[in-house]
Amino acid sequence: MTTLMAIIVLGSMALLFGAILGFASVKFHVEGDPLAEQVDALLPQTQCGQCGYPGCKPYAEAVANGEAINKCAPGGEDTIKKIADLMGVEPPPLDENHDTDNSPTVAFIIEEDCIGCTKCIQACPVDAILGTTKQMHTIIADECTGCDLCVEPCPVDCIVMIPIAKTPQNWQWDLNNIPVVQLD
Amino acid sequence: MGSVIERIKRGHFWTFHGGIHPPEQKFLTTDKPIRAVSIPEQLILPLQQHIGISADLQVNVGDKVLKGQALTKSTHPMAVPIHAPTSGTITAIKNAVIAHPSGLSELCLFITPDGEDRWRERKICTDLAKLTDNDLIDKISSAGISGMGGAGFPTQVKVSTHEKIKFLIINAAECEPYITADDLLIREHSPSILDGINILDSILSPEHILIGIEDNKPEAIKVLQQTTANNEKIQVCVLPTKYPTGGEKQLIQILTGQEVPAGVLPSSLGIVMQNIATCFAIADAVINDIPLIKRVVTVSGQALQKPQNVWSLLGTPVGYLLEQCGYPNKDKKHIIMGGPMMGYSLPTDQVPVVKTTNCILAPSEIEISSPYSTGTREVECIRCGQCSDVCPAQLLPQELQWSAKAKDHQQLNKLNLFDCIECGACAYVCPSQIPLVNYYRIAKSEIRQQTQLDIKAEHAKVRFEARKERLTRDKIAREEKQRAAAAARKARMNSGTTEAKSEMSAVAQALARVKAKKAQTKVQAPINQETPTANVAQKSQVAAAIARAKAKKLAAQQNIAVEKTILVDQNTDTSKPAVDKKAKIAAAVAKAKARKFADKAHVKNVNVDDKPIDDKVEQVSNTEKTLVDKKAKIAAAVAKAKARKLAEQQAKLAATPSNEITNEKPKSEST
Amino acid sequence: MAFWIASSPHNHIKSETSAIMRLVIYATIPGIFAQWYFFGWGNIIHISLAIITALVAEFTILSLRERNIKAQLFDGSGILTAVLIGISIPAIAPWWISVIGAAFAIIIVKQLYGGLGHNPFNPAMAGYVMLLISFPLQMTSWQPPLELMALPLSFVDTLSVIIGGFTIDGYSVEQLRTHIDGYTMATPLDTVKTNLTMGLTIAESMENPVIGENFGLGWEWINAGFLLGGLFLLAKKAISWATPLSFLSSLFVCSLIAFLFSQDSNASTMFHWFNGACMLGAFFILTDPVSGATSIKGRIVFGALAGFLVFIIRKYGGYPDAVAFAVLICNMAAPLIDQYTRPRTYGHNVSSNKAGNE
Repeated sequence: MTTLMAIIVLGSMALLFGAILGFASVKFHVEGDPLAEQVDALLPQTQCGQCGYPGCKPYAEAVANGEAINKCAPGGEDTIKKIADLMGVEPPPLDENHDTDNSPTVAFIIEEDCIGCTKCIQACPVDAILGTTKQMHTIIADECTGCDLCVEPCPVDCIVMIPIAKTPQNWQWDLNNIPVVQLD
Repeated sequence: MGSVIERIKRGHFWTFHGGIHPPEQKFLTTDKPIRAVSIPEQLILPLQQHIGISADLQVNVGDKVLKGQALTKSTHPMAVPIHAPTSGTITAIKNAVIAHPSGLSELCLFITPDGEDRWRERKICTDLAKLTDNDLIDKISSAGISGMGGAGFPTQVKVSTHEKIKFLIINAAECEPYITADDLLIREHSPSILDGINILDSILSPEHILIGIEDNKPEAIKVLQQTTANNEKIQVCVLPTKYPTGGEKQLIQILTGQEVPAGVLPSSLGIVMQNIATCFAIADAVINDIPLIKRVVTVSGQALQKPQNVWSLLGTPVGYLLEQCGYPNKDKKHIIMGGPMMGYSLPTDQVPVVKTTNCILAPSEIEISSPYSTGTREVECIRCGQCSDVCPAQLLPQELQWSAKAKDHQQLNKLNLFDCIECGACAYVCPSQIPLVNYYRIAKSEIRQQTQLDIKAEHAKVRFEARKERLTRDKIAREEKQRAAAAARKARMNSGTTEAKSEMSAVAQALARVKAKKAQTKVQAPINQETPTANVAQKSQVAAAIARAKAKKLAAQQNIAVEKTILVDQNTDTSKPAVDKKAKIAAAVAKAKARKFADKAHVKNVNVDDKPIDDKVEQVSNTEKTLVDKKAKIAAAVAKAKARKLAEQQAKLAATPSNEITNEKPKSEST
Repeated sequence: MAFWIASSPHNHIKSETSAIMRLVIYATIPGIFAQWYFFGWGNIIHISLAIITALVAEFTILSLRERNIKAQLFDGSGILTAVLIGISIPAIAPWWISVIGAAFAIIIVKQLYGGLGHNPFNPAMAGYVMLLISFPLQMTSWQPPLELMALPLSFVDTLSVIIGGFTIDGYSVEQLRTHIDGYTMATPLDTVKTNLTMGLTIAESMENPVIGENFGLGWEWINAGFLLGGLFLLAKKAISWATPLSFLSSLFVCSLIAFLFSQDSNASTMFHWFNGACMLGAFFILTDPVSGATSIKGRIVFGALAGFLVFIIRKYGGYPDAVAFAVLICNMAAPLIDQYTRPRTYGHNVSSNKAGNE
């Protein structure tokens, strides 16, 4: 009898708490960002396609579905670390197919060589190239993400990627690398 | 409001949190008058010497300039012009190391003085009352005056505020150790300073003018009190010496008891602060028409034999001033621009004096053997909390330090990192000798950069999405159009009119033609002239583009197979005229240039176009032979363009018959 | 010739962590002297043992962690921990007590958490509590002050009893603890506590010879010694005034309320102040910056909490003294206290026009 009572009491308590928990989980459900959205927010949005996906969003969706997180070359180690934090995994090193050098660059059209073929315009994922057929093209440097997708299609090789220069405005207090003048 | 003034009159002030008392070391220079130094052999003038943007250059290399002549100009309020400090020649305009902690180079004007020190024409103003406020602001603006205390905020922006000003605070606190430039300036030029204050008074018309000065400058205080004795509006406020009293926010708190809310300018509280040296410069500019071309610089430090305040022309290299003050040649030079608390080390002594340079410090090694010089004596934080006890912004430096090391930007923002004024009090007292300020500065610049990147990424994302949307929209529109066209045609054909019948027969003919074309595989099908031109004309541009693309593919394939023979023919044809060497070079360059763009078939096209190239080449040989390279390039580009045109034409020809079919059955076997 | 790049500020107050630690160690001297005067050589022997153990343990761990051994071994923090352990354990406890305590404090409590600056708990107190829980017999074998002891206790005797458990003459620890009148002695705090459970009043307890004339024979002077050292540290600004002040006031207030409530069952305020590890805790342990709160407000809360806990545990707890437990509990609370006592940053949440309305 005692055993039965115990079972009944415990069982009903379990039921009660279960019901409360179930109710709470429905009632207080927090609609979080879907994982893909969160990953997308961490990606550098260069839309370069170096990960093998046509843009950052598709890669973010792929990551959410289990794709390796170390394929974003422009983001580099930092981005990998952030995604790893988000996914709760160890950050793997950058995929070895990519350059580890992810210093920011911007595309530049050598204007005297440009023949106005518009191929780069079609390649640019963020519409950062101005120009029309037979007219010299130019790059809106502020819009350029440095993805270098325009370099390949150029028939006359007139697009170069130039690193963004260090200026007093974007200098990061790297005191150890100041060019100190050596006097004799 | 009256209570604030009553309090001040009683000599009672508020206080700010924390603060430190570093050794003042002002005795080194405070007992000597300001010395005028001779004009150096070369002046280096960075285009930008203040916070904001640089103005537009007005001179060229080789120009002769007169003393006081404006070298840059701009109408932008944040752009402050610079002026020639003496007469001479512009010898270079190039990048040189500027007065910035980074030691990076920016655009500088190099002036070689002619020694005559000849002025441009000056309009000395005798009656201030005649000038309107706008005239005064214009004069301040064109004299290139920016804050001379350290930050270098354009003065005309500060004085053209529209807020109702209660307090004009003149900052003469000079709380940094060693620096005595303002002290000496007050002692020697107090009438001019008063003129400057009066000018500011007439522009801003504040209710009260407070001069904040630390009590370690008794002579300057006396002079100020005498000079301002018969002006009821001006209060000389003698403040207890404590670093950083001279910080804008701290001085406001001491004098008025108010805190400037984060992210807000003091003018919103009805307060404007000006450095006392700026007042002097304003008086000079407005009354004597002397733009900001010189300033008092404290050259101090125990490594110098004759530390003294000097009148230095802007652009004077630091090394020249040090030399004038007896700087021995040591193995290890440590030169600091600014005071010991907030100044920065210079990477070379060719850095010029700029508008914000108030001190050049050459300490001996015993004097300042900062633990931060070597960077090796940092030990772990023991959370002693001394840093937060001295922080004038009431931050928690130890927690900031951990978050900065962990790069936890979110937490740093939560701890109000950006309220740090980088005064260095925390690092000064830290027993673990952690270079706290440096951690904060790195963290700040990283956060700023990250914010920039985030904005850029968001922007890129938007543009990418917009582009994707546009492409899909175009595609849908194209398909829609095709469908509509097909439906319309079907409807017409089924309507039973004669037109429809003819159209039907046209379609039938076209189908027949296609069949015929398919049958003739060896030779390219002659183009049927009966193709309904109306239909062709109706073709949308989009369809044409598709056709072109398809045709290109087609042409490429066909060309390989079919036109090999033609290629041979053409080659034999073109080899008849004597192709000289230049033509060959031109062709080669063209080929190389076109390599990526054109496949094998296109290469052939270049050959097809040999004739126009030859024309060009003839022109070339007729003109200059030295320009061969350039001409060849042009020729190549022309060749390429022609080649592409040709390819397109061919493609069109080849594709036209299949076009109708494409319209009806988008995925027909047109290849 | 080269130019020298450094980060501002270029000057420094030229204080060092190790200097502060040294100062704190010096400040323990008056208290240790009083211990020596009333209880003999025991604590000095234990302090030496603990220091040696701490240095060896720290050296081992630092070399395993590949750290800068020279700088970190002699920064004084390890030695200070050892000194505090040596002070707090009973004078005639066996040698391995201080060795285990110091090794535990340095290896587990300090270094395994990341070394100086990263330990959430005060190493000395964590070591002490570990010993108290693991070896209750040895850790409560307090001897009576020398003048009340039935047997003489010379330096050699102390050394012998610490190492072998028996004096040269063959007396055991238990025999040493015996009063002239033939009963075992306890500390004043212990005596009061035991007497209360036996139904005696405080006034009756105060008759006990171990209490002496004031609050505890010997103990009052030891606490006075640490108070003196603490005031020296305050004068030197090596420690913050907030924690000791709030701790002592809190203990004072709590015990005063209780004393006023029932004088028979509650000891006086001064009895609380001058017994056990009160002054040592107030000036040397709670002021440990690493495991304490950082802001002034936080320190006041931290000290007050500790004072309250000391009183509660002394009154109701199973152990006679409470400082070590109170310290550990407060250490746990420190991050929370810090979280809620952040100062208002300049220019944030400014009440509008504060000055103008004054």
